Amino acid sequence: MANKDIHCIVNGKERVFSVDVRSSLSDMLRGKAGLDSIKHGCDVGECGACTVLIDGRPFNSCIYMAIWAEGKTILTLEGLSDTKGAISDIQQAFIDEGAVQCGFCTPGFIMASIPIIEKDSPSSREEIRRQISGNLCRCTGYEHIVDAIEKTQKKRIEQKKG
Amino acid sequence: MDIIGTSLKRVDAFDKVTGKAKYTDDLVSAHALIAKVLHSTIANGWVKEFDLSEAWKVKGVVDIVTCFDVPDIQFPTAGHPWSTDPKHQDIADRKLLNARVRCYADDIAAVIAEDAIAAEEAVRKIKVTYEEYAPILTVEDAMKEGAVAIHEERPNNIVVKSTYEIGKFDEAIQEEGLIKVVGDYETPVVSHCHIESANSFAYMENDKIVVVSSTQIPHIVRRICSQAFGVGFGKIRIIKPYIGGGFGNKQDALTEPLNAFLTTRVGGRPVKLAYTREETFASTRTRHAMQFHIESYIRKDGSFAARTIKAYSNQGGYASHAHALVANAVNAFRMMYPVGAIKSEAYTVYTNLPTAGAMRAYGIPQIGFALEAHVDDIARQTGLDPIMLRKQNMMKLGYVDPITTITCHSTGLEECIDRGEKYLDYSRKRLAYASQSGPIRKGVGMAIFCYKTGVYPISLETSACRMILNQDGSLQMQIGATEIGQGADTVFAMMAAQTIGVTVDKVHVVSKQDTDVTPYDTGAYASRQTYVSGMAVKKTAESFRKKILDFAGFMLKKDPWDLDIKDNNIVHTNKDEKLLSVADVAIESCYSLTNSTHIAAEESHHCTDNTYAFGVCFTEVEVDIPMCQVKVLDIINVHDSGKIINMQTARGQVHGGMSMGLGYGLYEHLKFDPKTGQMLNDNLLDYKLMTAIDTPELHADFVQTNDPTGPYGNKSLGEPPTIPVAPAIRNAVLNATGVAINAAPLHPQRMFEAFTGAGLIK
Ligand code: FES
Ligand code: FES
Repeated sequence: MANKDIHCIVNGKERVFSVDVRSSLSDMLRGKAGLDSIKHGCDVGECGACTVLIDGRPFNSCIYMAIWAEGKTILTLEGLSDTKGAISDIQQAFIDEGAVQCGFCTPGFIMASIPIIEKDSPSSREEIRRQISGNLCRCTGYEHIVDAIEKTQKKRIEQKKG
Repeated sequence: MDIIGTSLKRVDAFDKVTGKAKYTDDLVSAHALIAKVLHSTIANGWVKEFDLSEAWKVKGVVDIVTCFDVPDIQFPTAGHPWSTDPKHQDIADRKLLNARVRCYADDIAAVIAEDAIAAEEAVRKIKVTYEEYAPILTVEDAMKEGAVAIHEERPNNIVVKSTYEIGKFDEAIQEEGLIKVVGDYETPVVSHCHIESANSFAYMENDKIVVVSSTQIPHIVRRICSQAFGVGFGKIRIIKPYIGGGFGNKQDALTEPLNAFLTTRVGGRPVKLAYTREETFASTRTRHAMQFHIESYIRKDGSFAARTIKAYSNQGGYASHAHALVANAVNAFRMMYPVGAIKSEAYTVYTNLPTAGAMRAYGIPQIGFALEAHVDDIARQTGLDPIMLRKQNMMKLGYVDPITTITCHSTGLEECIDRGEKYLDYSRKRLAYASQSGPIRKGVGMAIFCYKTGVYPISLETSACRMILNQDGSLQMQIGATEIGQGADTVFAMMAAQTIGVTVDKVHVVSKQDTDVTPYDTGAYASRQTYVSGMAVKKTAESFRKKILDFAGFMLKKDPWDLDIKDNNIVHTNKDEKLLSVADVAIESCYSLTNSTHIAAEESHHCTDNTYAFGVCFTEVEVDIPMCQVKVLDIINVHDSGKIINMQTARGQVHGGMSMGLGYGLYEHLKFDPKTGQMLNDNLLDYKLMTAIDTPELHADFVQTNDPTGPYGNKSLGEPPTIPVAPAIRNAVLNATGVAINAAPLHPQRMFEAFTGAGLIK
């Protein structure tokens, strides 16, 4: 099957990948870039374990064709830590609030929560719940995940206020 | 410093929030061959022949293995400790691939190919000729005279029938003035839905077969692979990395035995066998559907005089954990409300549904739904108060079960009930909601449970741990018990640190199990780990500590008995002044020119006791009668799990269990085509899993008892939170509407029928 070169920015770096045109973005990023934080829970857009940000918006990378990524800016969980390995506030909140159990859904949840924590006004817990409902977790009952997102959002809003 | 009881952050959390934690699929070689299984498209019958000609033509196919090529060996798959007594061994009723098809999507052939696309294409191109029988999907049909035998060893399709009787039931029910309450209850087939599907890869190295797998039970899987095709235990090595949930499904050998065999067919090249979500639904394990008939005889004062149960468990096509589940259920029926006269009759029956196996709380969510619904039915029919009725009859401290001898060593159940009652203002609301009218009504419900922590005396309980001192005073800890998301590694690290006298950062838990090097443990199941494996950690830590102190005594020329370890330092007993650090001892022990010794300890624990955990769920719901919808307004679980080792992870366990219980009560059920036996909702869109928006705020509370048999006063917690939720919801709907719905889940269709039957919907 034909291969194609895909140019995109992944976690801040310009990259070129030669991919089978049938591949999904998740296969490209796991297989060619070693970004193993992207998990596969269903491969058909049901669970959200493969969530990455494309131009700032969360997508299920398992049903996003690799060739569509041409010219896009992609952020995965690996891109949240700085070059020295220091983790971001939302990652720390997932640790502190006990939002991690088996951890398989965790990368997808953290990525899905980024647009929420970047909002300028606080979301209700109900709103947070609605926005992460494309991601499934069988371990946590979501309670601590909502806590982590809510607290991080609040902190950021306070920081913005100065 | 007390570490036990704090909310220490999980030791694996950092790796899991950064993507560093490696799961099976993150470790497969990019050059691995890909295996795909051909699943049957009939539920009952025989594979007569295959036409592989088209499949072989697919470019990239390396090998095709059919049910006619695998060793003629039947083996069991249940993740039980092996019994050396043939009478108690798991039922060996399947081969690696099966010509006798016993359920839809049974495993009948496999393709190994260079890539996934070739493997899938070849699987599609295999033509199968079947001899087909009508699918048998219900226990009633399977037990009918003349029904086709699904396994020739069980001509009547009954896997096991068991009975017990305590006291003289027939005499007891003659007592004057008894009120008889009868009920029939049933629970659905549901799926574990761990987010990581079943998967493994296998290869050969050093003349051994290595299987890396997402499993809860590496040591047991090694034994099963060995039995499945007659290779010695020592020739098989199972490696278990991080796993994305299990909930009992991975307490079974799933892809491993076949995959171990497949790699031998291709000269030991790595073979990846990863089930899709759909295969994980249809071709792994499920929770047993059960039906119960319960009769209770109650005295006017509310005390139970006699109780009886008949239970039917739908096993599906293969035995897996088989009768152990319903046996557990009818045992809990006896234990929860001890009574002088009680009898039980329980059947586990083969059908052509997918194979049922272990799932969180092992038969108890099933009986919990039936029994707690029944107790509310009793309360309603006798006019007794549901809480008083329970308190009067439930298990009390010191109870010794007449059959298993499991003793109630501690109980905080009464206080759990009181706290939940108070939180919800249950008693007042129950009366207030009893006579509503109108389409939207509120209701409150509650349910209690007891749960035996481990599997003793039914099964062996054994566990081992190893600790190795590093030169910097830290240690590696290896445990055979597995981390599956529940937080085992974290609580073991806390236990080790507390008992040795070091800080938790000094304890490096080796999370991965490798049967070549990891000490033996039967794995993560029951809710045994803090209780059974925790004792192995404690014993190892004690002996490790003693070895450090012995060496410190040598260095200081003091009697080790006068020394202690506190906060990483060697001190005089009962004093804080630092004499040496543990690191000083570690360095000297390694490099001493006169007395070099490698400080390490390994202990195993054979547990010969058990104990009950308890708990309760209270919930308030709103029922929209015309829309047949239930909305959970408030919900709390209060647990007595003994001493809580880690408060934050304990809450996490309760939340996750409650979420699974909410799904069980309201949404989750697998559906099958009655004509073919095919699963109709084998995906995460059509199988309704709880999402964040479906989930109310979950409240968790603990009554901390100190169990004398637990290593740190602790009892089980992992599974129990799932148990009381569904019956509490059912009882709340009863309180709201007066309609007793005796089957879970309470989905709109079922409520529509019930409300229509009761005249609430015209
Ligand atoms: S793996 Fe992409 S949504 Fe499930
Ligand atoms: S932590 Fe296991 S699925 Fe979410």
